[in-house]
Amino acid sequence: MSVNLLDARGTPLDQQRFTWRDLVQDPISKLDDDAFTRVRIILANGLEQQANRFQHMCSQMNKELREPLAMIRRVEHHQQTMINWLLSSDHSPIETTIGYEQVAIEVTAAIAQQEPDPYLAQVYRFGLLEDFDHMYRYSALLDRVEGKDANNILQSYTDIVPGRPTVDEHRHPTDDLRDHYDRKTAAPVSKMNALTIMSGEYQTRDYYMNIGPTFSDPVARQLYAEIASIEEQHVTQYGSIIDPDETMLEKWLLYEANEAYNYYSLLESETNPRIKAIWERFLEYELGHLDVVKNLFKKYERRDPAEILPEALPTPIPFESQRDFVRKTLEEEINLRANGTQFVDKSEESKASLDYRNHINSEGSPSEAVSAGYQWAPGTELARKSS
Amino acid sequence: MEKSTQLGMNRTGADMSPIHSKAMLKGQSLFKVGPIDSTGMAAIRSSYVQLKEPVGSVPLPGTFKGVLTSGKEKMTGHNPEVLINKLGERLAFERSGVRLYDALIMKIEADKADEGKDIVSINLLKQFREEEYEHFLMVKEVMESVGADPTAQTPDADVAGLAALGIQKVMTEPRTSLSQCLEALLTAEMTDNGAWELLVELCEEMGLDDTSAEFRRALAQEEKHLEQIKSWVRQLTMGQAEKAL
Ligand SMILES: [Fe+2]
Ligand SMILES: [Fe+2]
Ligand SMILES: [Fe+2]
Ligand SMILES: [Fe+2]
Ligand SMILES: [Fe+2]
Repeated sequence: MSVNLLDARGTPLDQQRFTWRDLVQDPISKLDDDAFTRVRIILANGLEQQANRFQHMCSQMNKELREPLAMIRRVEHHQQTMINWLLSSDHSPIETTIGYEQVAIEVTAAIAQQEPDPYLAQVYRFGLLEDFDHMYRYSALLDRVEGKDANNILQSYTDIVPGRPTVDEHRHPTDDLRDHYDRKTAAPVSKMNALTIMSGEYQTRDYYMNIGPTFSDPVARQLYAEIASIEEQHVTQYGSIIDPDETMLEKWLLYEANEAYNYYSLLESETNPRIKAIWERFLEYELGHLDVVKNLFKKYERRDPAEILPEALPTPIPFESQRDFVRKTLEEEINLRANGTQFVDKSEESKASLDYRNHINSEGSPSEAVSAGYQWAPGTELARKSS
Repeated sequence: MEKSTQLGMNRTGADMSPIHSKAMLKGQSLFKVGPIDSTGMAAIRSSYVQLKEPVGSVPLPGTFKGVLTSGKEKMTGHNPEVLINKLGERLAFERSGVRLYDALIMKIEADKADEGKDIVSINLLKQFREEEYEHFLMVKEVMESVGADPTAQTPDADVAGLAALGIQKVMTEPRTSLSQCLEALLTAEMTDNGAWELLVELCEEMGLDDTSAEFRRALAQEEKHLEQIKSWVRQLTMGQAEKAL
C-alpha cells in the first residue's frame, strides 16, 4: 500500500464523527493480544495527545487559525479517547508503565536505526539507554510491590537488565538541550521522527505525573517522582531537536503528516484485525486533516506544501523486538553522558550536572533502592530464589 | 464451560515465545548482580512510617450527649469513637455491597448465554441485595441514635473502601465471568462476616444490648450470604471440571 501525501484527500472533516459507543470499544486482552498491539496503542495515544496539545498552544498564539484548529482538535481528542480506552482495566498502573517503557525502548530503537542524520540518531540512542534502565527499575517495583512478572506484559520481546543507571540520568537542564535540525535541509523523515519520539516521551511524563500519587507505597511514589523527572528531561531533549524557526503552519503540516505516517506504520504491522480497522480509519482521518492544513498553508503562507512534505510516506516504522540493536548500543554507549548539546564520556560531565545530581540524590535514590540485587527471572525474583 | 476457562492463545508465559525467552535469559548472564537486598526499600518505607499521619480522624459527634446514650441504652465504654469508626465502616461497606449486587444482577440479566444461570439464583441475589440495603439503613439509624453523623466517611470506612476497590472493578468489568464475579463477591462476604461478628461483640462490650441483638440478626443473614456464594462458586467450578472431562 502506498500513500501520496500531496494528493490524498482522506475522510472529509465533517464526516469524522463518533458516538460514545463507538469511542468506547471493547479493550484488548492483556493476556492474549500481542504485546506489540499494546505498544502501538500506547504510541498512537501519545501522538494524539501531542497533536491536541500542539493545536491548543497554536490557538493561544494565532487568531486566524482558531476555527480550523478547534475543528480538527476535537477530532484529535476523540481519536485519543478511542485509542486510550482500548487498554483494559486489568492492567495495574505499574503494568501499564511497563508497556509505556516498552514503547520507549522498541520505538526509539527502531527510529534510531532509520534516522538518516547521525547526530539525531545519537540523540535517540542516548535516550534509549535511559528508558531501557527505567524498564529494569519498574520491573523490580512490579515484582517487589505487586509480586508480578513484568514479562507477562513484555512477552519476552524486551530485555530486563540495567542500562545507563537512572540515578546517573539526572542532569542540569542545560545539559538536556540538543542542537536542532535545520528546517531547510533536514529530511522530512527526520522531522517526523522527532515529533514521534517527543510525543511518546511527553505522554509518558504526563502518565507518570498522573498515576504517581495514586500509589500508597512510598517507594513507588518516590520512584515515579524520580522517573517522571527523567521523562521531563527527555521531553526537553527531544523538544529541542526541532527547529524553532519553522512557522506554525509548517509545524502543523508536519504534525498531520506524521500522524498519517504513524497510522500507516501501525496498520502495516497490526495483527489484531479489529484494531487494524481503527488504524485504517484514522489514517484516512489524518489525511483529511492534512488536506485542510495544506489549504491553510497555501492560503496564509502562499507556499506549496510540497516544500515541506515528501510525496510518499517514508518506510513504515517496524514494530518488532530490537534486542540486538539495544544490546549493541548498551555495550558501546553506556558510558556516554551529555555536556551541553554534545555527548561525552562520563569523565567529562559538566560541573552543573554533577552538582545537580549530587543534590537531588543526597537523601537517597529510589531507583537504586527498589532494584538492589534485582535480577529478572521468569515467574519473578521469588521463582529464582527457590531454584 | 465459561469462556474464561477455555484454552487459547494466552501469550504471557515464557513458554509461549521460546526463542525470544531464550534470548532474554541469555541476556541475564551478561550482567552481574549482588544478593537480593531490600534494605533500601525498607529505609524509604520506614522514613515515612515513622512520621506517619493517619489517613484521617473520626468525626466529632454532632450531639455529644447522644454519644452516651443510644435510645434507652446506656453506653458503658470509654471510647465511643471506636464504635463510631466501626459503625461508619459497616455503613459504607453495606452501602457499597448493595452496588456490588446491583452490578452482578445487571450483568447476569444482560448475559443471555451464561451457563451458570441454572446454578445461580437471581432471585436469591436480589434478596441478598435487599438485605445489604436493610443493613445499611439499620447502621444508619444506630449512628443517628448515638449522635454520630452517618454521612461522614470515617477512617476505617475509607480504608475498607480502599481494600474493596478491586472487587468493584471485577464486578463491573464486562469481560469477567460469573464465577470470577462470585469469587470476588466471596472476598467481600468473608470480610463482611468477620466485621459483623466484631461489631456485635463491640456493641455488647459497650453495653448496647439491644443494638447488639439487632446486629446479631444481620450477622445471621450475612452467614447465609457467605455460605450460598461459596457453594455457588464451588458448584460452578466443579460443574465445569466435570463437563470438561
Ligand atoms: Fe489525530
Ligand atoms: Fe522512561
Ligand atoms: Fe523517556
Ligand atoms: Fe490530526
Ligand atoms: Fe452480605
